[in-house]
Amino acid sequence: MNDIDALSFESAFAELETIIDQLDSGALPLDESVALYERGRKLSARCQSLLDTAELRVSKLMEDGRLEELG
Amino acid sequence: MNDTFSVAELTVYIRDLISADDRLQDVTVQGEVSNMTRAASGHVYFTLKDSKSQIKCVMWRSAAERQTRLPDNGDSIVVHGAVNVYEQNGVYQLYADHVRPLGVGDLYRQFELLKAKLDAEGLFDPLRKRPLPEFPHTIGIATSADAAAFQDVQNVLRRRYPLARVVIAPTLVQGVDAPAQIVAALRRLDAYGGCDVIIVCRGGGSIEDLWAFNDEGVARAIAACRVPVICGVGHETDFTIADFAADVRAPTPSAAAELATPDSAELRYGLDELTRSLDSAVQMQLEQRRQAIDDANRSLRQLSPLAQIRNARQRIDDWTARMDRAQQARLHLLRERLGARAEALERANPKAILKRGYALVTLSENGERVISAREAKPGTGITIQLHDGELKARVEDKDTHERYRRTLF
Repeated sequence: MNDIDALSFESAFAELETIIDQLDSGALPLDESVALYERGRKLSARCQSLLDTAELRVSKLMEDGRLEELG
Repeated sequence: MNDTFSVAELTVYIRDLISADDRLQDVTVQGEVSNMTRAASGHVYFTLKDSKSQIKCVMWRSAAERQTRLPDNGDSIVVHGAVNVYEQNGVYQLYADHVRPLGVGDLYRQFELLKAKLDAEGLFDPLRKRPLPEFPHTIGIATSADAAAFQDVQNVLRRRYPLARVVIAPTLVQGVDAPAQIVAALRRLDAYGGCDVIIVCRGGGSIEDLWAFNDEGVARAIAACRVPVICGVGHETDFTIADFAADVRAPTPSAAAELATPDSAELRYGLDELTRSLDSAVQMQLEQRRQAIDDANRSLRQLSPLAQIRNARQRIDDWTARMDRAQQARLHLLRERLGARAEALERANPKAILKRGYALVTLSENGERVISAREAKPGTGITIQLHDGELKARVEDKDTHERYRRTLF
């Protein structure tokens, strides 16, 4: 599931929460549970790596509406 | 009447006009102080001016000594006194008896008036306040790009939530041009459209320094933003109109940055918690299924025909044992009864009687027992059975006698 690498922190975090709710409900067939678990693990790793590698980006909004990256 | 005044006469004439005017003898005027001098005599001289005019002011020592504080050059003040003419120089002057700084009283009244007006309009209504986004992608900031406040904000964001992107719309935050620039910066950020939350902020300063944030236009621009606005101006104790108009008031710029973002330390902790929940949720699922399998196995064992057969076999054994016991008891009883009969039989054995001398008589022709004398006519062949043999005989005569029959049997 390569889409996970494109997820934002909050999307990955929110999906992880949903997955846990689904697993907690206990109404899923075993193979689905296992698949959800594996996805949850990947989402958790995605969040972790986003936190580890994040660097604040700062840009300036010019009067003409252009954005200028600041160092 | 002489048409021509001497200079002195004209000056006195003007002086008299001025001193006769009640309004000019009890006047309050506001302006900015310059050319402030305190002479060795203790008298104070300064000029009061605004953008268009100026007036010389004098405060005699007696009045000067009563003031709590004398103004400095550049101060905006309110002066009370009387206008009069200094004849020697031919100038009119304000003879001041009281001065107070303009900052406090009037600014405060202005503040209260504007606050009451906007409050009445509903601009500060708690129902207008929008909740802040939990995970802001992009944080718009309207402040001075060079100020320490912006550095503070960036430091907080870098520490707490480096996932965010910051877009700064630079603006003056102090002085007469600041309000218009702040309004423009807010509008620019709002028009940009990519911000999830906007911070408008400025570091600490005097009440005059912060005055741009008590501007009506700034307050309205904050309220008009389409995304939530956090206002962090000055220090803990500084309240501005912008604070009331914002969705959230922060005591300082750094606090505004904190309010705008989740703490990544807490996020890491929350993430760990979530991951643990994930593990335990799937563990529980597996455990439940293992339990279900165990339960099923147990049920299966209980319902197995083997068990039924075993049970049936056991029951048959039980029944057989019971039957055996009953049978034994019954046989025992029968055996006892039989013994009793055998004894009785033995007692009634005719051979035993024969030994005692009695005989058994039967008809020779058919073996029927002769019990009554009447059953054997004379001439009939009879067999007389004794205990050790038989005698064949023939009846010669008979004499039926009731007594004999009774005796014999």
